[in-house]
Amino acid sequence: MIDATRSLGIAAVGGLVWAGFLEGKKAYPTALRPPGAVDDARFLAACTKCGLCVAACPYQALVLAAPGDGRPIGTPYFVMRDRPCRMCRDIPCAAICPTGALDTGLVSDGEAGKAVLNINKARIGLAVIDRETCIAYWGIQCDACYRACPVIDKAITVDPVRNDRTGRHAILGPVVHSDHCTGCGMCERACVTKKASIFVLPRRIAMGESSDRYIRGWDAGDEKRLEEATEDTTTVTPRSGKSPTDYLNREDL
Amino acid sequence: MALSRREFIKTTAAVAAATAVGMSVPEDILAIAAKAEIGWKWDKSVCRFCGTGCGIMVATKDDRIVAVKGDPIAPVNMGLNCIKGYFNAKIIYGADRLTEPLMRVNDRGEFDKKGKFKPVTWKKAFDEMAKQFKKHYAALGPKGVAIFGSGQYTIMEGYTSAKLMKAGFRSNNIDPNARLCMASAVAAFMETFGIDEPAGNYDDMHHSDTVVLWGANMAEMHPVLWSKITNRKLADPGRVKVVNLTTFTNRCSNLADSEIVIKPNTDLAIQNYILREIVNRPGAIDWDFVNRNCVFATGFVDIGYGLRPKIDHPKYKKEELDTASKESFKIITKDEAVAMGSLGIKEGDRMEMKNTGKAGAHWAITFEDFKKGLEPYTLDFVAQLAKGNADEPLDEFKKKLQALADLYAEKGRKVVSFWTMGFNQHVRGTWVNEQIYAIHLLLGKQSQPGNGAFSLTGQPSACGTAREVGTFAHRLPADMVVMNPKHRAITEKIWKLPEGTLNPVMGSHFMKIMRDLEDGTIKWVWVQVNNPWQNATNANHWIAAAREMDNFIVVSDAYPSISAKVADLILPAAMIFEKWGAYGNAERRTQHWRQQVTPIGKSMSDTWQTTEFAKRFTLAEVWKEWKIDDKTSLPDVVGKAHAMGYSSKDTLFDVLFANKEAKTYKWPDPVGEGYQNTEAAGDKRNVEGFKGYGFFLQKYLWEEYRKFGLGHGHDLADFDTYHKVRGLRWPVVDGKETLWRFNSEYDPYAKAANHGKFAFYGDAGKEIPKGDLLGPRGEEKVKLPNQAKIFLRHYIDPPEIPSAEYPLWLCTGRVLEHWHTGTMTMRVPELYRAVPEAQCFMSPRDAEQHKLKDGELVWIESRRGKVKARVETRGRNLPPKGLIFVPFFDEHVLINKVTLDATCPISKEPDYKKCAVKVYKV
Repeated sequence: MIDATRSLGIAAVGGLVWAGFLEGKKAYPTALRPPGAVDDARFLAACTKCGLCVAACPYQALVLAAPGDGRPIGTPYFVMRDRPCRMCRDIPCAAICPTGALDTGLVSDGEAGKAVLNINKARIGLAVIDRETCIAYWGIQCDACYRACPVIDKAITVDPVRNDRTGRHAILGPVVHSDHCTGCGMCERACVTKKASIFVLPRRIAMGESSDRYIRGWDAGDEKRLEEATEDTTTVTPRSGKSPTDYLNREDL
Repeated sequence: MALSRREFIKTTAAVAAATAVGMSVPEDILAIAAKAEIGWKWDKSVCRFCGTGCGIMVATKDDRIVAVKGDPIAPVNMGLNCIKGYFNAKIIYGADRLTEPLMRVNDRGEFDKKGKFKPVTWKKAFDEMAKQFKKHYAALGPKGVAIFGSGQYTIMEGYTSAKLMKAGFRSNNIDPNARLCMASAVAAFMETFGIDEPAGNYDDMHHSDTVVLWGANMAEMHPVLWSKITNRKLADPGRVKVVNLTTFTNRCSNLADSEIVIKPNTDLAIQNYILREIVNRPGAIDWDFVNRNCVFATGFVDIGYGLRPKIDHPKYKKEELDTASKESFKIITKDEAVAMGSLGIKEGDRMEMKNTGKAGAHWAITFEDFKKGLEPYTLDFVAQLAKGNADEPLDEFKKKLQALADLYAEKGRKVVSFWTMGFNQHVRGTWVNEQIYAIHLLLGKQSQPGNGAFSLTGQPSACGTAREVGTFAHRLPADMVVMNPKHRAITEKIWKLPEGTLNPVMGSHFMKIMRDLEDGTIKWVWVQVNNPWQNATNANHWIAAAREMDNFIVVSDAYPSISAKVADLILPAAMIFEKWGAYGNAERRTQHWRQQVTPIGKSMSDTWQTTEFAKRFTLAEVWKEWKIDDKTSLPDVVGKAHAMGYSSKDTLFDVLFANKEAKTYKWPDPVGEGYQNTEAAGDKRNVEGFKGYGFFLQKYLWEEYRKFGLGHGHDLADFDTYHKVRGLRWPVVDGKETLWRFNSEYDPYAKAANHGKFAFYGDAGKEIPKGDLLGPRGEEKVKLPNQAKIFLRHYIDPPEIPSAEYPLWLCTGRVLEHWHTGTMTMRVPELYRAVPEAQCFMSPRDAEQHKLKDGELVWIESRRGKVKARVETRGRNLPPKGLIFVPFFDEHVLINKVTLDATCPISKEPDYKKCAVKVYKV
């Protein structure tokens, strides 16, 4: 009962917590790194702040963090609403990185040595939609994000449902698919609401994670998750934390 | 009852929705909803953008537009809008609105063609405009002046301009941008049905179980209608089929059951294949329908491509000459020889374009001839000709064509065919329009709920103004034409003109006005609600003519456009919510609105500009004798005018716009209570002392205009009625709108014709010669009362096809986010941000072959010109190998410098969808 109440409380204030976190001066965990960036801890260790990736970006989309940006000074990041990643097929930012902070292996197909760059494998972040402010979900025929998406019909699809309010029209709501979204941010820039109703967050912040111990029976590919599951199958709760004998021998009836 | 803001919003939305479906709303909810209007006022209007005609509500506060909402009780959109409609509140407040007249002047402040733009007074602007007009009019006559009009004129604006030009200046040189988008549809309506505009209405989308798109990217260009089609598909996904015929993959394809990517211009061959299938399948033809309601007809094939008749015209560049020569002759290709086999045409023949002057001529043929003409269009022949994606296996493409024919032919299956620019902007635009009617007529699937060929419209009043008012070089209101003496007589009577005032010679169409400017035979042009120097094909010629030759160009606009840039005088125009107006949409729905706010700066409505200009001409100056050409002179009608009570010193304003009848329309009027009317009463700005005309000009114009249609199948309701309803679909007879024309169950005119269930009662072109496949034979004429024509039209190659030097097809068009040349939408920050520039959509395989990367700047070059754009191989449009698509909204990617000015020879509408280009790195 106590737990349930607590989780409700977290859900209710979640929006506020996020708002403070995103705009806070020390909120660098939300930084959106270039294609091929290794995970943030390793990235910060490896990045020498040389700026080569920023110089290599033909669209001047990448920026180097300056004092006051709320990110480790000198590291590269995107501000999607202003200048999203244009998903160059030759990924010049990652290709030029001398330290491995940007690893082309993460954005390539095939084995090392024979690898071919594939920008569609970039995972800069994940686009998230606020369905309450998204005007497509109001029934407005918008979908600017969908049409701006370089991986259109895969990373973003439109999901048409009948508009029961009019009975005569359909609502064409955009839906983001994490298995294809590169987090390039073209959608965030294109969004026509005052503050973008679709925006890119780092994937670990944007995404939940479902249990390794349940495989979707209706999805043949889902079994793959089992490959990465931990070997330890033990479960522990406050109720199961004690050994059976400790429990049984305690005279507290 | 206290409510939070969220609850409050929910309540107002619920009231709107409930009103839309006729539910009763509890009293306290109504009271809350009424409270919402404190501080601002809502009134109904219409979306400024496309031909869909969505109703909107506009909120004004302190004489500013502060918000819009979809009108919940507008039947078209029921409270919804698209991304452009969502921004109606922002379109009139762009930071660079034109607020005062601007003229090119020298250091002394005098007009100078080579001078820079400086602000001038309205008086000085009209002084110079009239002086220049009188100079060129005296030297060249009525043929030497022109107006570029618009399908975005309000109905009253278009009517005013047409009346001033045709009745006042006795010139037929007024032609709208609708020539660039709807002319082929019009020509086919007139040739097939003898009357313009669609038989059906948007309810067809709810009734049909098959939707075939022929060159219509509705997902982007008619988004609210597309959501209706999507809803229909979702309602019965198994039964409802959607087919998308297109030259590249677009956003309609993801709803479609079948996407058919075709090679440009081959739609005509596919139609003939379907017709052939229908003709050869036992029982497919609805003979009861055909025998009672239809005749078979055909016309000449050697009609050219609407290019300049003089194929070595001195203004052509050398590079243009090979394409230009196709206007005179072409060498028949293998495919053309097969297609036109029934005419005895052989591969390698030299086809002389002998009938360019008789492109619209046609004659009745027998069903046997019709069938014979279709015989070559076998599946094998058409599939290899029409397949547009080289990577698609031929067998799969064949299966799709067969399945399409099956859908059309299936008994009991309702089919609606939609098209827009894919058909209309086509060197055989009239023909492809006619062929789609042929399919529907043969099957008896026309003019019934959910069954019919439905021509969609691009502009908000292409139907209501350009077509119905007749702001074309050949038209008068209500489908009448200047060439017809009876029509002129009717018009002269309604306009109270002396007999013989109207000029019987057709004027210059849109592209011809441009060519005439280049030839120096037109030297004075006024642009209204239009951007011709960005939207006309082969623009380099016309830009040079405007800037380098002796002529005077006036551009009325709200924002500085490319056309304003090449002009000599710019007049600031009031925008939609700054004036009283009316638009007519694609389903014949006429919708009016009131002036909501005072215009910005010193801008004034186009109506006012036209009526003020009319003040500067006396009857003696314009109604004298004029020589038009070697055969035609216009008589001096001043004497007759005197007999009618006019004085030769009366101005055109007095006679045409401020006459006795006009002044009977009083202002104030109850319909305008609480609203202003700048034309009638001036406004708070007191622009150069203008205090208003003292009468209800717009209501007068409306009531006079509607006299043309009453009793002739074009009946419109009175002015006040339109301010009480959410539009009405004409003909409006006994207060009732008409849902399906030509169907006696719905259309009082069809019922009155007493011709059974259907009557195609349009009266134009209903007496034609008889003939065979090769031409008319004998003198006998067939009368076709209440009948429609089923045409046989043949496939022919376009005049320019990709070659070694210019290996790619170029197709142009629009994107959802921007309207036409972007003069409004590129000033809405959100829309600008969403799509800041026009890209060159290209197949990844072509990009690879040309070693081009996404985002790389390339030249797109044709024989006529070149522009720079960025390559895009991903995204909304995916062309097949060999074709690129470039939108035309972006003045920095002025793609019409590249396009070809070939037109449909019948409709004179240019083909924006195909020419040959090369693409290379900058």
